[in-house]
Amino acid sequence: MLVLAVDTATPAVTAGVVELAPDSPPRLLAKRVTLNAKAHGELLTPHISDSLEEAGKTFADLDAIVVGAGPGPFTGLRVGLATAAALGQALNRPVYPVATTDAIAKDAASGHPLLVATDARRKEVYWAAYDAAGRRTDGPHVERPQDLAEKLPALGVQQATGEGAEIYQDVLGLELLQSKHPSPEGLVAAAAAEVLAKARPAALTPLYLRRPDAVEPTGRKRVTRA
Amino acid sequence: MSDRLILGIESSCDETGVGIVRLGPDGSLELLADEVASSVEEHARFGGVVPEVASRAHLEAMVPTMRRALDASGVELSQIHSIAVTAGPGLAGALLVGVAAAKAYAAALNKPLYGVNHLAGHVAADTLQHGPLPQRCLALLVSGGHSQLLLVEGGLANSITEIGSTVDDAAGEAYDKVARLLDLPYPGGPPIDKLAKQGNGCAIAFPRGLTGPRDAKYDFSFSGLKTSVARWVERAERAGEEIPLADVAASFQEAVADVLTAKAIRAAKDLNVDTLVISGGVAANSRLSGLAAERCAEAGIELRVPRPRLCTDNGAMIAALGAHLVAAGAKPSPMDLSTTPGLPVNTVQIL
Repeated sequence: MLVLAVDTATPAVTAGVVELAPDSPPRLLAKRVTLNAKAHGELLTPHISDSLEEAGKTFADLDAIVVGAGPGPFTGLRVGLATAAALGQALNRPVYPVATTDAIAKDAASGHPLLVATDARRKEVYWAAYDAAGRRTDGPHVERPQDLAEKLPALGVQQATGEGAEIYQDVLGLELLQSKHPSPEGLVAAAAAEVLAKARPAALTPLYLRRPDAVEPTGRKRVTRA
Repeated sequence: MSDRLILGIESSCDETGVGIVRLGPDGSLELLADEVASSVEEHARFGGVVPEVASRAHLEAMVPTMRRALDASGVELSQIHSIAVTAGPGLAGALLVGVAAAKAYAAALNKPLYGVNHLAGHVAADTLQHGPLPQRCLALLVSGGHSQLLLVEGGLANSITEIGSTVDDAAGEAYDKVARLLDLPYPGGPPIDKLAKQGNGCAIAFPRGLTGPRDAKYDFSFSGLKTSVARWVERAERAGEEIPLADVAASFQEAVADVLTAKAIRAAKDLNVDTLVISGGVAANSRLSGLAAERCAEAGIELRVPRPRLCTDNGAMIAALGAHLVAAGAKPSPMDLSTTPGLPVNTVQIL
């Protein structure tokens, strides 16, 4: 099966074309990745077109689309989801959302319990925990690294990966693995069972984890002295 | 040349819009679909549009709104000739959802993409109802986010020049703020308009902003008016008087409509233009359109106001503007098109 993978939940603008067959790991045919947290809107679709071209494929050749649903900074995150949803509608192909942290965990494939933490800005991290088999055991959550550090003994993780884990390595105190941003293969691996089974995709719901910053006004603002 | 179907996508504020317009070989426009999903109710308790709430709603509404537009028109995506999308001005996060989706549709369908100006779209909306614009016309664009006087020459694809704009609040913003003062719901336009009909517009002489002899002739200011209403209400409250809500609403509305129409007529006369288009959400206001009709008739100016549905934000107006660009042979925008929240009105299309 030919699968398009996209993710915009981290500073990486990620697109890739992946071949997926039963009983073998996803195989990358082509990818385009740019590290620029402000360019998701500009670059994602050109990256998709360029990946397809390099792979010698067209949009019509795609069987499915996999998209990282976050958690991640909202504005960038929505670019990937809006793009994937529109592609799915235009091509009449299923779109499978995966937690971006799941894809990063697949990339790490460390064989040990693992913490994936990405940068949530505002001095917080998005995090999720995985067991030795790579199954998610907790999360995703958004939290201050100090508060997460207190939970680490209970989570039983020794290793960590992701940009959040790197930024707050001194707070978390875990061995750091090198798999910062989700790869196209990791994204497809995280959805492989559903894609191969042609399962009905879950709703494309972004993992925001935070409510919008908005405060309801109270009373009327006076322009004269009371 | 046969008919061309133009798809329009709008997401600059709190309305997710998808419109489909048929562009005839003779340049005529026919509206086939105009579907809008609004998040206005989610913003009401905050007293104004919350950008993050709007952006989230756009993402949820994009695909279903597209589905409804296709179903309503009986058009399939593969039949679309070109795709136009609002690239600015507007809320950054909101614009990004529509542009991301539009790029994906354009890439998947291998169709040209036009990143267009939302404000020019408001003027284009009128051509869906009243046909082509004359060679020169004046447009008064009034909404919750904008208040501008535009000179349109040689068609929308050719030249739009801003000749005046608000220096502070937009007209619709003033309505929202005054509505809050009077404990009326958000958005403030419809409830104030309704209440004003029972009141006397001459009861209170609220100030007409920027109408002094040395003030900018075509610019607007509404924040002083809003403050003046607040002061008047607070004084009356302190004096223990009952607030004549209908008179306050009517007098405020009169001040807004008076300034908007007086400046538009003056500009039309000065620039020797005989057609005035009023569009944007505030164009649906009964006193504004009524007073404009009176004053245009006196001045011998043809007044064009699209029906309310076309005045507020929608995808049809973006499809209409896209159709004007396609008809004029404009080049498509690049696929690495970026959104421009502060896009000036003289940039009709982003290239």
